[in-house]
Amino acid sequence: MNLSNGKGSISTVTSTATMKSGEGSDQFPAGLRVLVVDDDPTCLMILEKMLRTCLYEVTKCNRAETALSLLRENKNGFDIVISDVHMPDMDGFKLLEHIGLEMDLPVIMMSADDGKSVVMKGVTHGACDYLIKPVRIEALKNIWQHVVRKKKNEWKDTEQSGSADEGDRHPKASDDADYSSSANEGNWRNSRKRRDDEEDGDDRDDSSTLKKPRVVWSVELHQQFVAAVDQLGIDNLSKRQTGWIIASRFCRLSIRKYRLYLRRLSGVSQHNNLNNSFLSPQEASFGTISPMNGLDLHTLAAAGQLPAQSLATLQAAGLGRSTVKPGLSMPLMDQRNLFSFENPRLRFGEGQQQLLSSSKPTNLLHGVPTNMEPKQLANLHQSAQSLGNLNMRVTGSATQGNPLLMQMTQSQPRGQMLSENTSPRVPRLPNILGQPTLSNGISDGLLGRNGIASSSRTPSFNPVSQSSSYLNFPMNQSTEMSVSNFPLGSTPGMSSMTTKGSFQPEVNSGIRASAGFPNYDIFNDLHQQKSRDWGMASQGPMYDSSSQANPLHGNIDVSPSVLVQQGYSSTQQQQPGHSRDISLIGKSPFSLGEGLEHSNLQNGGQHFNPLIADSSTRVKSERVPDASSQTNLFPDHYGQEDLMSALLKQQEIGQGENDFDFDGYSLDNIPV
Amino acid sequence: MEVGQMQRQWMGYMKSLFMEGFLDGQFLQLQQLQDENNPEFVVEVVSLFFEDSERILKDLSFAVDQQSVDFKKIDAHVHQFKGSSASIGAQRVKNACIAFRNFCEEQNIDACRSCLQQVKQEYIHVKNKLETLLRLEQQIVAAGGSIPMMEWN
Repeated sequence: MNLSNGKGSISTVTSTATMKSGEGSDQFPAGLRVLVVDDDPTCLMILEKMLRTCLYEVTKCNRAETALSLLRENKNGFDIVISDVHMPDMDGFKLLEHIGLEMDLPVIMMSADDGKSVVMKGVTHGACDYLIKPVRIEALKNIWQHVVRKKKNEWKDTEQSGSADEGDRHPKASDDADYSSSANEGNWRNSRKRRDDEEDGDDRDDSSTLKKPRVVWSVELHQQFVAAVDQLGIDNLSKRQTGWIIASRFCRLSIRKYRLYLRRLSGVSQHNNLNNSFLSPQEASFGTISPMNGLDLHTLAAAGQLPAQSLATLQAAGLGRSTVKPGLSMPLMDQRNLFSFENPRLRFGEGQQQLLSSSKPTNLLHGVPTNMEPKQLANLHQSAQSLGNLNMRVTGSATQGNPLLMQMTQSQPRGQMLSENTSPRVPRLPNILGQPTLSNGISDGLLGRNGIASSSRTPSFNPVSQSSSYLNFPMNQSTEMSVSNFPLGSTPGMSSMTTKGSFQPEVNSGIRASAGFPNYDIFNDLHQQKSRDWGMASQGPMYDSSSQANPLHGNIDVSPSVLVQQGYSSTQQQQPGHSRDISLIGKSPFSLGEGLEHSNLQNGGQHFNPLIADSSTRVKSERVPDASSQTNLFPDHYGQEDLMSALLKQQEIGQGENDFDFDGYSLDNIPV
Repeated sequence: MEVGQMQRQWMGYMKSLFMEGFLDGQFLQLQQLQDENNPEFVVEVVSLFFEDSERILKDLSFAVDQQSVDFKKIDAHVHQFKGSSASIGAQRVKNACIAFRNFCEEQNIDACRSCLQQVKQEYIHVKNKLETLLRLEQQIVAAGGSIPMMEWN
């Protein structure tokens, strides 16, 4: 039925006669049933015409209440809703919430307002996309992807864990062709990430291996996410970055991917472990949510923040600093680090340590969805964690010989930190895992992305090398980071990160990949930039106790600059060269920076945009062919780099260039 | 005037409107949406825009003239006007709205008043231009011709 914009009355019922029954038919997406809500009659008319041109079945109404009652009367009458933000009778976000809770339909917000805060609000309230007016028809052509994605996610969730994994919804961006639904910015959502994720493919089947409980994207999560983002200071974040931040926060989602990744690497299903470990304490909430595996890293990536935090956590953990306190995740996020993602992880380090250690050290990575793509951010966290796990795992599988990894296993607790980062990315972390000393190193190394850092920083990171494979951080960014350490060098994954050179809003693919690593990068950045006292020296304590995990966090004070370079491009600190997606890492507020100073952060920090960039480059693509750049990620950093490299190697071994979606996360990013 | 001539005239006019910033790419989108099934689409949308704009401008004038000015409300109106003008492609109007909003934020009532005048002026300008353009189109169609497709940038 077609509601004319009339004053809320349903004057005529018209449907696009041509298309019938929604998308069920092979004409899909033709016939998609769209409900458009906007109080502006001009816009409404234009939108309707555009949607009809796209062969959708359009119903329009000019009042939110009318729309709601329409939806309620006709529960299955619509496939997707497009709503304006500013409406006289009801706030668009409220409508969004209602729809999300009552009908669970995908909702696209639109507005002439493109301010970050508004967009962020959309994200936090659960909008699946945000369009800026004037809306172009190209932007509308792909809205059907949200419908598919949602269904897919729901399906998956049901299949896998039964818990609705809304987070995953997004990632399944399927078509990249016109992936950017919001044509313009909008899709910070990591549409790209998702896409990357999607490409990962494996993830989907992940369920079998990783059975991690999915994280239900609830309103609370959203709020958390939002809070995290706020802390980070979205101001500087571009939409993409925002997406990263968001994603990173929930990098857990990517854990699943990471797991897949790991699985691929080693064929070990340690995922479970990883997942657990990833959850940083802060993420405790996440933890409860259950390893977000389901959550897409995308979201996490979006959060960008996570990485930072996780990194911080990781660092803290690694460094043994107690800085990273559970609360850390948030503080880290302040930085806006794109990598906030890492931060949470970092905290994770703290809390996680327990988790990690308890959960199965090997799980560090479990959250880390191998996909690293959007999840990369999450992965980063996870990787951090997973690194821990990785170590475990890696040793098993990936380590093919990675001594680093082996080490990692030892320091499982540390690994936590690593795992936090979504192991895949976190090659860096591995260091942490393995070695007690890693803690410091981890922070370094973690960031180092693949443990590359370890080499430079702390011996402990060696294991990281293994993880490095994970890390595939897109770090490719030429993280100058201590290429040296990066055994990964070629970690394709790592390099991929770089591509994106930065976290830049484009979601540098790098970040994605490094979803896991974001944390690491941050560390790196931190290190680098700040020359923090990462001193990794304090490493020791890190793993010793959960509190130590925080050390990373604590130490991580990643100066905002260091971590998360949100813009990544700024990679200020670190290696400017790095395209780092991981730059985030560096920048994140996490004190990680301290530890990270090791190159890792820098590299990473710089670009950890990947997370945010979701769209960017999936790590995969980025796999920076030239290892050199990638390895830079944390060459020196902590052993992580080594770890990372190790991981990357593994990856390579296992998959040749980083299959990880890390693309973005190539270790390179890890600022060294 | 024969059709070809009218068409050229139309094209020249369109170009000038773009060059002078009255219209932007969004207007072209609207043109492209028009087809045989909906040959009057542009006319309808533009008419709707005019109608809606008059209403908003009236509300705005009223709000601005109040003793105690409610900036939030003014901002809401301007925001809406910005949205609709952007959707039509009325670039100058949109830009004037953006400036207007900034002053609303600053709560500078005098600046707001002058902005309102500015917005009104721009609106009247573009209204005239659009009416001329649409009239030309009507003549072309009446003479059996078709509206040329234009690409911008």
